[in-house]
Amino acid sequence: MASSVALFVPCYVDQFFPHVAIAALTVLERLGIKVDVPDGAACCGQPAANAGFAREGHSTLARFVDVYAPYERIIVLSGSCAVHVKQHAGEVAAHGGQTDSAGARVAERTTEFCSYLHDELGVDWIAGLGATYSGRVAVHIGCHALRGLGLARPSELQIRPFDKVRALLGAVRGLEIAELARPDECCGFGGTFAVGEPVVSTKMGRDRLRDITTHGAQAVVSTDMSCLMHLDGLARREHMGLPMYHVAEVLAGTAGSR
Amino acid sequence: MTQRSFPLPVVGVGGRIDHPAAAAAFNADVARTDWHDASLWFVREKRDRAASTVPDWEALRARASAIKEHALTHLDEYLVRFEENATQNGMQVHWARDADEHNRIVHGILAAAGARKLVKSKSMLTEECGLNPYLEARGIEVVDTDLGERIVQLRGEGPSHIVMPAIHLRKEEVGATFHDKLGTPAGLADPNALAGAAREHLRQRFLAADCTLTGVNFAIAETGGFVVCTNEGNADLGMALAPIHIASMGIEKVIPRVEDLGVFLRLLARSATGQAVTAYSTHVHGPRVGQALHVVLVDNGRTRQLAREEFWRSLKCIRCGACMNTCPIYRRSGGHSYGSTVPGPIGSVLTPGLDLDRYATLPFASTLCGSCTAVCPVKIDLDTQLFRWRQRVVENGSVSLAKRVAIDGSTRVLDRPRLFRTLGKLARVGLRILPAPLARRAAGAWGRTREAPVPPSQSFRAWYRRHRGGAA
Repeated sequence: MASSVALFVPCYVDQFFPHVAIAALTVLERLGIKVDVPDGAACCGQPAANAGFAREGHSTLARFVDVYAPYERIIVLSGSCAVHVKQHAGEVAAHGGQTDSAGARVAERTTEFCSYLHDELGVDWIAGLGATYSGRVAVHIGCHALRGLGLARPSELQIRPFDKVRALLGAVRGLEIAELARPDECCGFGGTFAVGEPVVSTKMGRDRLRDITTHGAQAVVSTDMSCLMHLDGLARREHMGLPMYHVAEVLAGTAGSR
Repeated sequence: MTQRSFPLPVVGVGGRIDHPAAAAAFNADVARTDWHDASLWFVREKRDRAASTVPDWEALRARASAIKEHALTHLDEYLVRFEENATQNGMQVHWARDADEHNRIVHGILAAAGARKLVKSKSMLTEECGLNPYLEARGIEVVDTDLGERIVQLRGEGPSHIVMPAIHLRKEEVGATFHDKLGTPAGLADPNALAGAAREHLRQRFLAADCTLTGVNFAIAETGGFVVCTNEGNADLGMALAPIHIASMGIEKVIPRVEDLGVFLRLLARSATGQAVTAYSTHVHGPRVGQALHVVLVDNGRTRQLAREEFWRSLKCIRCGACMNTCPIYRRSGGHSYGSTVPGPIGSVLTPGLDLDRYATLPFASTLCGSCTAVCPVKIDLDTQLFRWRQRVVENGSVSLAKRVAIDGSTRVLDRPRLFRTLGKLARVGLRILPAPLARRAAGAWGRTREAPVPPSQSFRAWYRRHRGGAA
């Protein structure tokens, strides 16, 4: 183990969006963080669990715990996966995968990319990246990142407003943020929901895209590639010409270069 | 049961509710779906504004949750105390194990008094019990007096929302129903004129009623009184006129103290419709002189839910409907698509407890976005309970159904080979829930409206090995 900080690249990011993982790694390295991306755990087990197969998913999660247990900090490149690990890794011991409290420790040490940058490095540090972006974007925070990790104030809660993603993007020169009518409406991906309830899922996505485009956004920036895989799939089918980026790409300065 | 004229294929093989199919049918009318979504979102935004005017809203939610959890974990004590005090107040208290016993008790009260005409204010419990058809089969005329409920009753439908029963209908459709059933002029669709016609129609029923039945929002153990909240005053008119008043309540409605109302009444209407308070919050502490007042305490599966460690907190629900208004799936699939008396997130948590096989698709009618949990005035962990029901559905052996809902969604064969190949690759690297045949079907459901991701030339892992080889 060369570093105490690990980056977890979820299965679908590894396969479909390697440039996002490269951007995240680049950002962390430029910020002076020495990061490992250990091999051996491709998935956190969330897709199975959310489909009702948590017991089956536990072997996947147990593997995750085994691989990441040696690290002090585990940065997950997906709000949704991070929430799953934080909520369920502690259960792994109960299912016989571990004999000690490794699962609970991994759960505690797991964070998400934007949370890590904001909470542990700080916006001033991020500003040191000198990232620039020219254009007006809509920000889409995944629901699990929003409500499960507390990346921003969910619109339901009557608490002091905050938004860690906007705070990070505030450090990007030239980037403008479009205000949406429904700031945190779900995009309709929902993992297996996207194929289990394809009609409602599609309608939700199209409504989200309409909100985004009618408010003048020329691109979408998100914490979660899973949301974007769905939104981008819909947008490309409709030839909308609406590029979508992970926050890491914007901070790395690679957004728009593809 | 009440026949529904709304043509939705909600019931599939073996009487199972097929939410995806019903939701797809609802979405066939895009304009209606948009309008339904916008109407409910309007209410959600109104709720946000109303909640924002209350200092310490979040503390109030926490307080309400704690009171309900206390009441539910001491339900035996509080129900008995309520019965004692209500009896002292001159009420007759009845206990019903299930829907059938509830219906028999209500019919028994009517039959003993020779009552033939019943006016009802809104009561989801009586919908749950199927009271209307039970009484109608025994020669009782039952008139729902809540405007929305009367509209759906005239149409032979059930309510599609627990607070706004006719939210799925446009004013033109209501006008057509009134023209057909109440003789209003053809084409009349002005809401005020329609409400006026309903008022005239209902007034005759109120005056002629032998008995009124109301729901109960809160029953107070320490006083033996109860509170009924309405916006139309229909419960009050019924209570003021009829010689017999029957109040039907689920056993989870009891709260310990009168001062607890100060918490719940501030939360209820704001959460439900964005009003500061309902137009009428009527406190009933005994019968009028000469009136008989009956309270029917109904279990109908509630003690079973209470015994479930994972789900008992769902009984905290005060039936505000906020989780429906905020739910992006409910807004775009309509209440009838759930095939249960209580739709939306709370319905998807309560109803599987009655018949898991029949309602197996409901816990999957969610992206687990968590908005319901955040909006709930009594802090029910709805998304967590939906997640848990999914596990129970699979354990229950509704595996094929669960898989179909979760994975399939389509019977179309492969039409996106590229995604299939990539999904197959994914399956090889660890996404074991997508065996090839399921992945193929999933690709069909995905590809009908969406492009597949463009497969990159190499995975991140391959890039990493090349550029950071030796690490880890």
